Formats: sequence, C-alpha cells, structure tokens
Amino acid sequence: MGPTNASIRVRATIVWIVLAAATIGPIAAAAWSPLVAWRGPAYIVACFAGIAALCLLLFQPLLASGMIPGISRQQARTTHQWVGGALVLAVVAHVGGLWITSPPDVIDALLLRSPTPFSAWGVIAMWALFISAAFAAFRMRLRIGLRFWRLVHRLLATVIVGGTVVHALLIEGMMETVSKAGLCLLVLIATLRAMARVTGSRAHNRAE
Amino acid sequence: MTDLITTRRKLIAAAGTITVAGTIAGLSGLGFPARASGLAPTPSMRGGSNNYLPGAPVVERIGGGGFWMTGTVRRAGDGAPLAGQRIQIWAHTTEGHERDPHSHGATLSDENGEFRLEMPQIVPAFGQPHGHLAYDSGDFETVFLRPVMSSARDTSLRADFVLKPV
Repeated sequence: MGPTNASIRVRATIVWIVLAAATIGPIAAAAWSPLVAWRGPAYIVACFAGIAALCLLLFQPLLASGMIPGISRQQARTTHQWVGGALVLAVVAHVGGLWITSPPDVIDALLLRSPTPFSAWGVIAMWALFISAAFAAFRMRLRIGLRFWRLVHRLLATVIVGGTVVHALLIEGMMETVSKAGLCLLVLIATLRAMARVTGSRAHNRAE
Repeated sequence: MTDLITTRRKLIAAAGTITVAGTIAGLSGLGFPARASGLAPTPSMRGGSNNYLPGAPVVERIGGGGFWMTGTVRRAGDGAPLAGQRIQIWAHTTEGHERDPHSHGATLSDENGEFRLEMPQIVPAFGQPHGHLAYDSGDFETVFLRPVMSSARDTSLRADFVLKPV
C-alpha cells in the first residue's frame, strides 16, 4: 500500500516550508547585516548574487532527482536546466560586482593567488559550473553520450557543491553565520541524497 | 680497587660532561648561521599591494578615527629601530572603500621605530577584516603588508616592518 494523498500533501508542505525557510532566512539575515551600510551598490549586488547562487544550488539536486514534491519528472528536469542557467548568471553578477568593487582582489582570485583561501574554492566551483553549463548546452550538438554526460555532470556537480560550501563557510561577510551554515548543510544533504537516489534507481533498473 | 671505581666514576662523569657540552655546542652551532645573517627582512604579503595609491599624504589621522593601526620599523640584520620612515596605510572602513582616496593616509615612525595612526574602524571586506600597509619610499626595499584582524570587533591592528637597505 502506497502513501495516502493526505500524507503526500503533508510531506509536500513540510518540504516547501523547509526550502522557503532555508533560503529566505539567510537572504533576510544578510539584508539586516550592518556591513550593508558600508558597501557600495555594486558590492551589495555582488554579495546578494552570491547568496542567491547558494540558494539556487539547494534546488538543483532536488530537481535532478525528483525530490521536489508536486511537479512531474519532466517539469523538474526543465526547471533544473533553467535554474542552472540562473546559477551561471548569478555567478557572473557575483564576480562582476566584486570586479567593479576591487579589480586587483578579483584578478588575484581568478589567478588562484589570493591571500584568502576561500577565493580559490569559489573559482574552482565557478569553472566547474561553467563547464557543466556548456556541456548541458552543447551535449546534443556534440553528440555526447548520455552515460558519459551523467558521469561528467555528477563529477562537476560534486566539485560545484563542495567548492561552493567551503567558499561560503570560510567567508566573513554579509551572511549571518548560523543561517549560512544551515543552508550549506542542507545543500550537502540534498546533494548526497540525490546522488544516492539516482545511483539506487539506476541499479534497480539494471536489476530489472 | 677503590681507586679504580673512583676513576671509572670520574670517567663516566667526564664522558657525560663532554656529551652534554658537545650537545650544547651542537645545538648552539645550529643557531650560528641564523645569528650571522641577523634579523631577516619582512617579505611582502600576498595581495598586500591591492588598491595601493602611491603617495598618500602624512596625516594626523584618517577620517574620524576610532581605530588604531600600530607597528614598528626596524632595519634588517641588526634590528636597529628606524625613525622617520613613512608608512602608508589604507583599508575598507566604516567611512570608505579601499579604492577611495580618503581611505588612504601615511604616518612617520618615531625615534623608537614605532608608528601609530588613528583611522576609521576597519570592517570585513572581501571575506576578511584586514588592513594594508606599505613602505615605498626608496631608501629600503618596498614592502606591502596585509594583516588580518583576529576579530572584526578589534579596534586596533598591528604590523611590523623589517626593511632591507637597497
């Protein structure tokens, strides 16, 4: 006997409440940060673009593995692609805003010679994201096989999530510490669960 | 027989003394090369020169103050304090970004080689609460420092220069 309609609805409600709290919470907390007062518009946009990217990242593994309640697998897949595109835009806005604020610091980061250890993690995650997006955009045209694509995408996703979480946690900035750690933890859990789920379902398919 | 025992004791004691003395000599021997070259010059830090604006004026204080940047200037080798050396300071503070000219100022070291300049409170920027200091006056090799505050609530930051004559 499967779950009842009522229990599905309760579960969906809980998932959406957790997702809303995990993303709106850190954004609201950052907006209240005293640091906002001492930063210029470009710097503030850069910071919120980074926070938005971290929030979007939480949805990617959930969409990829069909863990978002109330939408079909096909809708989830399309949304995953759109969110991926939004992630690229958010990262471009993040780096662009920081560049306007302080070009030498961004050049140091991009050349992996920054004094701050979190910079390199962010840059590595950024390149993994760009490569992932390029693969997704040109996969059909380049006739990249599904199996190879899944392997590459999963490796890149691991680098994106790992790099982003370390990057975010090491930064002393506008994000409030507890809400940031909570969001990062959820991103990690969602990624691990998605990987386990996809592997599990594929093993299951093979067994059949 | 007694003589022989005493002799042996003396021998052991003497051997022990020689061993200890030898070890001490050996250990201090390790220290000699460092002492010969003296106090090493401070190397520039990564990112230290970011947003540097050469020629910051010597000022009484930067902006409204409330935060102290302190440190010493000494000569490489003998460690002698260097007086009258111009140290340029800038940071992201409550009153401006690193790139704003009004965030920059300079001060001179006193006869003890010490300097202190009041400036606005440094706030975290680019992920760390940090300041920038430069010695770039030509008599010694240029050095750029980028010290990080242990807490964003600190109201002072220290950076020491050991300069190498050019």
